[in-house]
Amino acid sequence: MLNRTADNAARATPEPLAKKIRGISDKGLAWLFISPTILLLLAINIFPLFWAIYLSFTNFRANRPNEVVKNLGLSNYQRILGDQDIWIAMQTTAHFVFWTILLQTVIGFTLAWLIDRKFRGHAFWTTIILVPMMLSPAVVGNFWRFLYEPQIGLFSYVISFVTGIPPTNVQMLSNVELAPWAIIIVDTWMWTPYVMLICLAGLRSIPEYIYEAAEVDRASNWRQFWSITLPMALPFIMLAVLFRGIENFKMFDMVNLLTGGGPGSTTEVASITLKRQAFESWRTGYSSAFAIILFVAVFGLANIYVKALNKVKQR
Amino acid sequence: MSLTTAHSVVAPSANSKRIAGVIIVAYALISIVPLLWIFATSFKTPPDSIAYPPKIVFQPSIEGYCNLFTTRTRQTPEYINSLGPATGFCDETVRKRNMVIAGPSNFLPRFVNSLIIAFGSTFCAVFLGTLSAYGFSRFKVPLADDLLFFILSTRFMPPIAVAIPIYLMYRELGLSDTALGMILLYTAVNVSLAVWLLKGFIDEIPREYEEAAMIDGYTRLQAFWRTVLPQATTGIAATAIFCLIFAWNEYAFAALLTSGTAQTAPPFIPTIIGEGGQDWPAVAAGTTIFLVPILVFTILLRKQLLRGITFGAVRK
Repeated sequence: MLNRTADNAARATPEPLAKKIRGISDKGLAWLFISPTILLLLAINIFPLFWAIYLSFTNFRANRPNEVVKNLGLSNYQRILGDQDIWIAMQTTAHFVFWTILLQTVIGFTLAWLIDRKFRGHAFWTTIILVPMMLSPAVVGNFWRFLYEPQIGLFSYVISFVTGIPPTNVQMLSNVELAPWAIIIVDTWMWTPYVMLICLAGLRSIPEYIYEAAEVDRASNWRQFWSITLPMALPFIMLAVLFRGIENFKMFDMVNLLTGGGPGSTTEVASITLKRQAFESWRTGYSSAFAIILFVAVFGLANIYVKALNKVKQR
Repeated sequence: MSLTTAHSVVAPSANSKRIAGVIIVAYALISIVPLLWIFATSFKTPPDSIAYPPKIVFQPSIEGYCNLFTTRTRQTPEYINSLGPATGFCDETVRKRNMVIAGPSNFLPRFVNSLIIAFGSTFCAVFLGTLSAYGFSRFKVPLADDLLFFILSTRFMPPIAVAIPIYLMYRELGLSDTALGMILLYTAVNVSLAVWLLKGFIDEIPREYEEAAMIDGYTRLQAFWRTVLPQATTGIAATAIFCLIFAWNEYAFAALLTSGTAQTAPPFIPTIIGEGGQDWPAVAAGTTIFLVPILVFTILLRKQLLRGITFGAVRK
């Protein structure tokens, strides 16, 4: 009631007087509040970005800072587009992103759909399921190396126990065929809860009356699922897929600790290639060009992501 | 977003609930096995940890924790016998393996680095984020949507791509391998999350409160301080925890930009080695100590989790 009065009083106040009451002009205050953040981002994100763009046109090597820097024009970019290794890394990344997203979406949505049945104790078990995604991918990824160890590792032991393969032959991380899947398994274990949580929000946003109407129309459960549940949860599923897509496209920490890109280069995703080029071969100019290409790709995805965000927000 | 959850007329049958419950509990139990295994391994002796088949029942020992906090050297039995009585449990355990404690390991300083950098960057990010979020929420900022997208997009940059020029910039400025450099970097990464999350929280506080305060003679700044901030405390706390978790867990920047004095725990833990390879009980002990704070925070945050992971878009 007090608020109502104050609100009316504020509306009744003539504009010039109201400004005086406010002291510093709102415009001034707005910039005072926002500019520190913008300045920080300019200094730590945008300035380095422009530096990277400049370097991408040169042959600069960070381990030889005193050497004369030559301008190479676009040749770094040309070399990247023609580089076999880069294309293999992009294929490895695509394989990783495709399978992790597919598995996480299917399992995550199924879990959310089951949790939405609201059985007794569902809140507790949901919290338990959420734990892996909060942990450090690096520290936990490192420990999975132990679980994958042939013979002594728990994962390998269980696999050999179930399938009957001799325990020394279950070599998840050093087998060329299995290593990409070893990474996909850990990522799926860690991030399925993320997709699940967002899908759950989607399922809970569907108004009950739609189901009631469907029930009146005697729509089968199957029909209800395909015509109501799935389409209405879809924007949320898309949001989760996009976010996981962006995150996994730039995946570094977990892969670096599990396999380091090996065996050979079978699990060398884009970020690992970038790190090898930039911090091991010290081809700073070349790797900057690759970084810019990756950044443009992520930026495009992020753009779509924000559009999807706003769509969900309207619900 | 409406929150209609109970499908009263169309409620799932008792049977389908039971089946759903069994599947979910099974999934939850399987998915926490790796974490339980970390915990169990931290209390195994090195020989027990690499036994075949993997030991589920074992004699608990704190040797892993001893090894985590100390460095040891191998000595002859004669030398060890010539020493005085063992001064503590760790000393005794280590001597049984023909070793003596040479000094403290780097784990504690790395852990302290993690604390300093995580808390420092969280404080800065939340401080800047609160101001900006208020600015975006209450004032007509020109190009507000573009600025907000710009702020969010910085979060999506691949860390390795950012690390290349940052590495060079920090080398020029003398910020390489310093806590200050890492705090600045993590603040920049976290501030995007803080702005987006806090804007959502502040949007939910009715403007009428401030307007009433300003009618009472407060300036805009005072009104912000006395009416908005107290009401935004839950949101600020939740945001701070999300920032803290990110900075605590971060690996890519830390691995590339720190090597010694400012190194945090995540790049350090994988480098813990004993004789003949990775000292898994010690790694597990370090991992356990490192993960416990996050477990506590996850439980505290469970109601805000959805909001945090979607940058405030999905509010439940």
